[in-house]
Order: sequence, then structure tokens, then C-alpha cells
Amino acid sequence: MNEKVKSAKKLNSNTLLLLITIGLFIVLYVAGCAAYSSKGFAHLQTFLNILITNAGLICIACGLTVVMLTAGIDISVGSLVAMDCMMLAVGMEKGMGAVPMCILVLLVGLAFGLVQGYLIGYLEIQPFIVTMAGMFFGRGMTAVICTDQVSIKESTNATFYQWANAKIIIPFGGYLNKKGAYMAPFIRVTVIVAIVVLILVFLMLRYTKFGRALYAIGGSEQSATMMGLNVKRVKMMAYVLSSFLCSIGGICYCLNTMAGSVRAALGLEMDAISSAVIGGTLLTGGVGNVIGTFFGVLINGTISSIVKSNGKLASSWPNILTAALLFLFIVIQSIFAALRTRKK
Amino acid sequence: MNKNSGNASFFAKLKAWPLLLPVVSLILVMAVNIIHDAATGINPLSFFIITLNETTNSGSILYGRIIDILNRGSEVAILALGMTLVVSSSAGTDISVGSVMSLAASFCCMLLAGYGVSSTNELAVPLVVGVLGAFLMGALCGVFNGTLVAYLQIQPMVATLILYSAARAIGLLLCNDLIVYVRNPSFAYFGSFTGPIPTPIIIAAVCIAIVALMLSKTSLGMYIQSVGINSKASRIAGLNSKRIIFMTYVICGLFAGVAGLVNSSRITSADSNNVGLYYEMDAILAVALGGNSLGGGKFNLAGSIIGAYTIQAITTTLYALGVSTDQAPVFKAIIVILIVAIQSAPLRAYFRKRSAAKALAGREAAKA
Repeated sequence: MNEKVKSAKKLNSNTLLLLITIGLFIVLYVAGCAAYSSKGFAHLQTFLNILITNAGLICIACGLTVVMLTAGIDISVGSLVAMDCMMLAVGMEKGMGAVPMCILVLLVGLAFGLVQGYLIGYLEIQPFIVTMAGMFFGRGMTAVICTDQVSIKESTNATFYQWANAKIIIPFGGYLNKKGAYMAPFIRVTVIVAIVVLILVFLMLRYTKFGRALYAIGGSEQSATMMGLNVKRVKMMAYVLSSFLCSIGGICYCLNTMAGSVRAALGLEMDAISSAVIGGTLLTGGVGNVIGTFFGVLINGTISSIVKSNGKLASSWPNILTAALLFLFIVIQSIFAALRTRKK
Repeated sequence: MNKNSGNASFFAKLKAWPLLLPVVSLILVMAVNIIHDAATGINPLSFFIITLNETTNSGSILYGRIIDILNRGSEVAILALGMTLVVSSSAGTDISVGSVMSLAASFCCMLLAGYGVSSTNELAVPLVVGVLGAFLMGALCGVFNGTLVAYLQIQPMVATLILYSAARAIGLLLCNDLIVYVRNPSFAYFGSFTGPIPTPIIIAAVCIAIVALMLSKTSLGMYIQSVGINSKASRIAGLNSKRIIFMTYVICGLFAGVAGLVNSSRITSADSNNVGLYYEMDAILAVALGGNSLGGGKFNLAGSIIGAYTIQAITTTLYALGVSTDQAPVFKAIIVILIVAIQSAPLRAYFRKRSAAKALAGREAAKA
């Protein structure tokens, strides 16, 4: 009986975190609309642009949420994305097809995750150390593949170029531009990929054995072991899934930037982690879901669009603001955690 | 370790020697150098040769590969000091040191050049203000990290992740998105020469001496280890665990500031995006190579310092072998994973089981 009361309370503070997140997004977005309506912030397209630019980040942040549910972390995602972009760019320049290259990138992602997951799950090394080594390994491998900036043009690979530029028109919410022409709002293929990933991960976390095992391990590894869960295996699979989703995100990212470079996606791990944390995923594991993470990504996206719309602010502001938000939410989380232990 | 066998063999003693890992790695790196030199037809012992060369602007200076390693390794050695204490007390690493170096350097150069100035030959404020500014900025970052880790009890690596990404951005903001050049001989001093010896070596030596003195003359070292081994028990024993963890982060931040000053003085500028890049990796690697467990508790400062110079030797060797700056992290990442994997509990348990089985088999064979 006591357990039930406790879990109900836990749920409340967690729902509260999610509500804070959604509220923050609405406040930020409305503020953006109010301040920059003359620059078209209020159009539906601005919101869709946030989705388009952050499609890759949504996939990556979903992967990170999965890992963070087990009380782990994966900071290798940024450099894995850089490696993916470089592989795609260089591979297509060498004349490989778009589909085989994408499959190759996904396989590399799986292998990358498998190694990290083995080290973390079976050798019990701290996730941070392993994924930090992974981060430097990925960035270094990018430089090993090629040290120059390689861009993907229509002449390099027509199929990939087509994927990147396909517009999917949305039948409502358009506006007339200054010349009076109707501008139909559109999204790109990457957005659909991201939404599909989001829904699949959401369903997986909610309804599959693996998903429930992730929550159990994050809640208490000891009890999970006693319940008969294969903790090592589930942990490993979490990192495999994270790197795999990160590779999907890497392809989306590449479709956006159409280039590979050693400096690509620098600090992306920070955006992904802060999205998950802002979305209510607890760093201590066991609590969180991808819907919150999705809103976390939207908040990050809104901040950078506001900074862009302003146009006068220094380019480092989004970085600082994201870090500040992460700081704020971490502090809120630790206060909640302290309150919870006091109640016990 | 082997107390029951009266005359412990030389190998058993060697196995228990805490500096085994760093010293062996250092010897390995030297061996690679010697082989490489021999293979390319240079004098195989050229690695060890130190000469006194005459230069036009700094007089006669020491020259040689060992001097170069000691010189270039100063920043990592300084960072490794703070990192060792942090790892010991909190069982986590401070991954913000590289970015804090950059922020301290940017702040120092901004003070010396004045806000918004991108290049200067004259100092806007006395040199000492800039230097203290760098130290203060480093310590301030340490206070921020320490508060989060010790008082708000956030996992160290997540807490330091905030500054890892924000510090460089703040540095860029302080420098007005510019690379600030301070072309003044008094500022360049920290990265050049004192007599024939490179100044960074002296600075590193002073830092090492200060920490060594602090650890041997006060009981701080023991306190840090006891907090790292069991912070709850230490608190019950009357130690202020939180304050000790907090202090290690402040010390670590302060040393990051010192390293940032040295690094920016070498290039007489503050380039927010490149000062201290990948240094957090080197510092953590130095601690791990020094035979310290990344799980906290007991630490060995000498090991970390040897580890730091070993890292620099590895870096220099990699460059000599034609690996570029951007590619070098691949090898370091592999090395760090190998070291931590060897240290990991399951593998150690496996080796212990194997050696125990071997000993048992040996004893039974002796009986029969």
C-alpha cells in the first residue's frame, strides 16, 4: 500500500517536470512570436523549420533518453554524427549509391554501439569514460577518413540530393508573401523519419519487455537483477540502440547540411543531453519518456531560432542558453530528488 | 600482496609496485621512438640527446626531444594534478578542464588587451592583473563545478558537462567573437624561456611541488582519499565530506586556469575554439595511466605526473609518425579504453580466478 502512495507521488513530480517543460516551450514560442512577428516568426513554417533543422537531433535525443533511463549517458553521439556525415560524403564522392551508404552507416552505428555497450554492460566501466573515449575515437576517425570539408552536390549523388530537397507540402497554414504569392508550408523527408522514430521508441518504451526492463534497471539495478532481468544484456542493448538511432539521426543531419567535416556536429551531444534532461528524463535513471524529450528538442530549437531572428546576438548565445537551461533543470531535478528522500 | 610466501619473488614485488603501469608505458613509448629512429636511419639514441643551442632572440636554450616533451607536457601535468584529486574524492572526472583553460585564457587576454581589441602590443592593465584574472576565472569555474557536485550531489561528469560546453562559448563572448592577440614579451614569458629552461617546465614543477607539499605537510591527502573510499563513513568520522569534495574541484579549476595561461602564452593569443582542445581527455588519460582507479579512493600523484608526460611522449611520437592533430585522439581513445578495461572489476576478477587456479594446480602438482 505504501508503495502505491509513493509511486503516485513520484508520478506527480514527474508529470510536473513534463508540464514545466511544455509550459516553457509555449512561453518561449509565444514570446518569440510576439517579439519577431514582423520577421515571420508566427507563421507555421517557422515551427516546421524548427522540426526540419532538428530532425536529426530528435532521433539522437530519443536514443539518449533510452540510455539515460538506465542511469547511463552517451556523449559520443556528436562525433558519431560527424563520422556518419563524413562517411556519407566521402563514400558518395567515391561513387557509392545512396542506399548502400546509408545501410553502411547504420551498420557502423550498430558496431559502434555494440563495442560501447559491451564495455559498459559486461566490463562494468563507467558509461562516461567509455563514451568519452568513443567521442574522441569518432572525431579522430572522421579526420582519418578525410581532413577536408567534403560537400555533397547534385552531381555527386542525385538520389541523395533528391531526398534532401524533396518538399512535402502541408495543405493548410500557408501565407501570402510580400509579392502576394501563396507560400505553402512544407516539411522534409527527415521530419517524417524523426516522427516515426519518436513514435516507435515511445511504443517500445511503453509496451515491450525491453522497454520496461530499461525503466526497471534505472530504478534499481539490484532489484532488476533480483527480478531475473539480464541487466548486462539490456544495458548493452540500450547503447546499441542509442548508437543506431544516432546513426539514423546522422543521416538526417547530413541530409540537412549536405557536407561532412571534422568540425561537424560539435557539441551536439550537449544539445541531445539537455533536450532529454529538459524533457524530464532523470539523470539518475528510471524516469522519463520521449515525449518530454521531443519538447526538450523543440525548446532548444526555439531558442536558436529566436537568437537567429534577432540577428544581433553573438553566435555563442544558443550554446550558453542551452547550458544555462540544462543547469536550471538539473538543479530542479536535484531539489525534487532531495524532497523525495526527505519524505521517505 | 603476497605476505604468506616469505621470500616474495622479484616479479611479485614488481607487480605490487604502484608505478608499474606508467613506467612500463613510458618505456614502451621510448622503445617505439628508438625503433622508429633506427628504422629511419637516425641515431637510435637521438631521443635522449639534449643540447644547448644558440638562438637569436632567447639566448642559449636547451634543446632535445625530452625537453620538448617536458615542455609541451606541462599543461597536461598541471591538469593531471587537479584531476587526480577530483577523481580520488568524487569518483568522477572533471571534463570541463579543457574548456575552462580556454575561458581562463580568453579572460586573461581580454583583461590584458581591453574588451573588443583584437590585437595589441601594449598591455591595458598590469600583467599581474591578467595572470590573477586567469587564476580567478579558473577557480570560479571550479567553485561552480564543486557546488554542483558536492552540495547539489549531481554526478560529476554531468555537472562538469555544463561548463564543458558553455565555457568556450562564454570565452568567445568575452573576446567579442575574436581571436585576441597580446603580442607583448612580458605575456609571452610564461610560454617561452627562463634562462636556458622553458618556463612551462618551471611552472609545472612549482605546481607539482605545491601540491606535493600540501599533501605531505597537511592531512588533506588522507582526507581526500578517505572521502573517496567512503564519503558517508568519513562524514561520521567527523570530516566535512562535502567541503573536501568542493575543495578538490576548486583546486582542479585553479590549475586549469594556470594551464590556460601557459597555453595561451605559448601562442600569445586567446583562441577560444582551440585553446585546451582535447586536454580533458589527456588529463583523464594521465590519471588512468598513472595507475589510479577512476572509481575514486586511493591515489598516486607521482603516477599521474609520469602518466601526463607519458601522454605527451605518446602525442609527440604520434606526430613524429605522421599522425595529424585531428587523428591523434583515435589512438588515445583506444589506449584509455584498454587501460580502463584492464582495471575493470569483471576482468580483474577473471584474472584473479585464473591465477588462483594456477596456484592451486601448482600446489597440487608439488604435492603429487
